[in-house]
Amino acid sequence: MIEVENLSKSYGPRQAIKNICFQVNKGEVVGFLGPNGAGKTTTMNILCCLIPASQGTARICGHDIFERSLQIRKIIGFLPETPPLYAEMTVAGFLAFAARIRLVPANKTAAAADRVLEKCRIQDVRHRIIGRLSKGYQQRVGLAQAMIHDPQILILDEPTTGLDPIQIIEIRKLIKDLASSHTIILSSHILPEVTQICQRVIIINEGEIAAMDSLDGLTSAMRKSERLHLKTRNAPPGAAERLRQLRRVISVRPEDRGQFLIECELDSGLQDEVARLALEDRWGIVELKPVALTLEDIFLKLTTEEGGPHHETIPDHR
Amino acid sequence: MKQSLTIAKRELGSFFSSPVFYVVCAVFLIIYGFIFFNILNYFSLQSLQASQFQGMDAGFNLNEMVIEPSLQNMAVILLLIIPIITMRSFSEEKKTKTINLLLSSPIHLKEIVAGKFLACMAVVTVMLLLSSYSVLFLLAIGKPEIGPVASGYLGLWLMAGCYISAGVFASSLTDNQIIAAVVGFGFTLFMWIIGWGAQAAGPGFGELLKFLSLVDHLERFLKGIVDSSDAIYYLTFIVFGLFLTHRVLDSKRWR
Repeated sequence: MIEVENLSKSYGPRQAIKNICFQVNKGEVVGFLGPNGAGKTTTMNILCCLIPASQGTARICGHDIFERSLQIRKIIGFLPETPPLYAEMTVAGFLAFAARIRLVPANKTAAAADRVLEKCRIQDVRHRIIGRLSKGYQQRVGLAQAMIHDPQILILDEPTTGLDPIQIIEIRKLIKDLASSHTIILSSHILPEVTQICQRVIIINEGEIAAMDSLDGLTSAMRKSERLHLKTRNAPPGAAERLRQLRRVISVRPEDRGQFLIECELDSGLQDEVARLALEDRWGIVELKPVALTLEDIFLKLTTEEGGPHHETIPDHR
Repeated sequence: MKQSLTIAKRELGSFFSSPVFYVVCAVFLIIYGFIFFNILNYFSLQSLQASQFQGMDAGFNLNEMVIEPSLQNMAVILLLIIPIITMRSFSEEKKTKTINLLLSSPIHLKEIVAGKFLACMAVVTVMLLLSSYSVLFLLAIGKPEIGPVASGYLGLWLMAGCYISAGVFASSLTDNQIIAAVVGFGFTLFMWIIGWGAQAAGPGFGELLKFLSLVDHLERFLKGIVDSSDAIYYLTFIVFGLFLTHRVLDSKRWR
């Protein structure tokens, strides 16, 4: 559906993105993840034919973004970082305008507007002036304009910024609903969001793809160590030291009231050892469980590793 | 081209919902009214004196002595006011990032540019129509020839089109409305006075500069002469300005 090949973009001497390659299949929900200024917005703007790439190309549904940009603009719906809203218009008036410039036939404009008003739950503000709406509602109007022509592909640049927690949950739910019938690319710097919505994650750092995989794939590929969480009722003061002396343990971090986070080598089968130690010394074991690597850990690892991201560490899912 | 009407319609809606239009229109009508009143007053004084001294109508002509200078002055007022109307057309869209909506939509860039131009043109047409009360007034009290009035208004309308085209172009260059207005104003004023360079430039080049001047072409329209070369000059000016606007916006896609 979307094929991006060696895409680069420089603003003067500064390279915003470097040799980005990825593919998105039909019906997928892909999350762009990266710190601020990583090149997420640049990539999305290029895909939406707003700015040209310096090098490389991309094809959407087989159309080249430079040569057939008009065709592409027919099949994508774009929600830019700042929702493009005319503050002086009413919601209904604005959506009617958006429908017309997105070439929705005149006799279907009203139906299209009703559909997105309902989907984005903004029927009750349809006659209000956009400039007077709260940020959350404005964001939803922005989402509504992106969907007005029922595009095959939705490109959403940070769809949940500036919203309160309840609105964030609603927008996420909306995106999940949309996922069944659309191909979606969304960007975010909020990790849990991506874990909740997306099937696949592309982590961008300093203009390069640092990793690209499904969530499970990323987690397992990035696992260089295992972590165990041990909770006891009455571990003695020297317990952490005893744990450290076990074979294949990398580090032990005592947490409050008899709890420890133990990092050990992969597949070391350390649970047995730890359990035996705790039982023999009567620490009163309450809980012993492996701790999964969260996306946050992966993200931090990828984006803060010394010397920046390394190509060797890119786990390719293909 | 249907899309440019959509864009023009939206643009007009936002013109009429913002106070800028009403303020600009009011200022225009007040200043024009003041000028018209004084010209008319001078005319009536002179014709009164003439009839007293010579006991006859000195052949004073309403068209030549009232309407022509009034419209000439109106051209100056428009020169000052139109950049204020055009300054927002692209600058504001760039500032509020709404331009992204237009550029990511499946419409041609020329439709966007044409839409913006048509909207400004409609606004100025409304202003010109409102100013025509002066002509109606003269029709009520005297017998001006209607032909030169019509051609004068046509000339003004075309000239306003040139101002708008230059103003829209200036607006496409920047996201700052004040800069857009100043550049638009400077550009049209320069095109207005460019003929002054004729003397310094020498015969051949001077003729060209004179021809390029916006104001020389208006003279004939005001006198009631509709010369196709004047009309073509104005239309070319308009199209060229819009073409430059198109290039500036398009360059974002390949720069």
